Amino acid sequence: MTQPPASAEPKHPGTGTYLAVAAVLTIITLVEVGVFYVPAFKPVLVPVLLVLSSAKFALVVMFYMHLKSDHKLFTLVFSLPLMLALGVGIALLLLYSVFASG
Amino acid sequence: MTTATAHGHATSTGLDNRKLAFWTFIGSECLLFGSLISTYLVYKGRSVRGPTPQEILNIPLTSVSTFDLLMSSLAMVLALAAVARGDRVWARVWLATTAFLGVIFLGFQAYEFTEFVHRGLTIRTNLFGSTFFTLTGFHGGHVLVGVVWLVTLLVRSFQGKLGPDKAVNVEIAGLYWHFVDVVWIVIFTVVYLIQ
Repeated sequence: MTQPPASAEPKHPGTGTYLAVAAVLTIITLVEVGVFYVPAFKPVLVPVLLVLSSAKFALVVMFYMHLKSDHKLFTLVFSLPLMLALGVGIALLLLYSVFASG
Repeated sequence: MTTATAHGHATSTGLDNRKLAFWTFIGSECLLFGSLISTYLVYKGRSVRGPTPQEILNIPLTSVSTFDLLMSSLAMVLALAAVARGDRVWARVWLATTAFLGVIFLGFQAYEFTEFVHRGLTIRTNLFGSTFFTLTGFHGGHVLVGVVWLVTLLVRSFQGKLGPDKAVNVEIAGLYWHFVDVVWIVIFTVVYLIQ
């Protein structure tokens, strides 16, 4: 049996990083609302909004929930159910022909 | 077999069991909200009568409440940093700020719900009403639980029981709060902006 040293606490981001992330989240939210109101974006509204909200999601999860700096096991424990939820959601949408035209 | 320790307790991963358990719980919450959001999307646009999302949703107001919840996540992570470095004053300030912003968000939700009822949209009116109130109601319930949790931590801080050795307790509360925020990010996009 080996006895590695006690696990060190991961180094979490500093206050500057948290503030920078908050600024980026604010900007992305403003862009989302702006895109919603600009008629020129209507043809690409859905993909643009999905990309922007995914970016916000990733920023909060990686920096505020510390997934980026923590042990990868936490990432695995979170990602697998997330992928399952996404997969089931997409399957339901396909099953009920939500993406069908007409 | 290798062993490692986390916070004085031997664990096979070297990680705090409470934190690992809570991430597992958050995984289950992904499935809960995933099913609620999927149900909303499946029934989207299939109501036979109004009010419709286009007629009733208030984007400017909800944008403000979304910003409020994002800032509450900032306050939460600053609270954790303060607890971890043993700064009792700023820990209390940021915990109180997070809880306050959560209450503000709940106020926005309460206003929105009552406004919708006055304009004829209830959970029984149509498919949009059923799915909207169920989804945002569950989310609001989670925010309420989070606010109660934060107030509990604030009380413990004033009792002198929230030192750096208890930082993991605040971190777990933070994980819950940030997840609630992340769910709202998805709801704001899928329900309010993609009409």
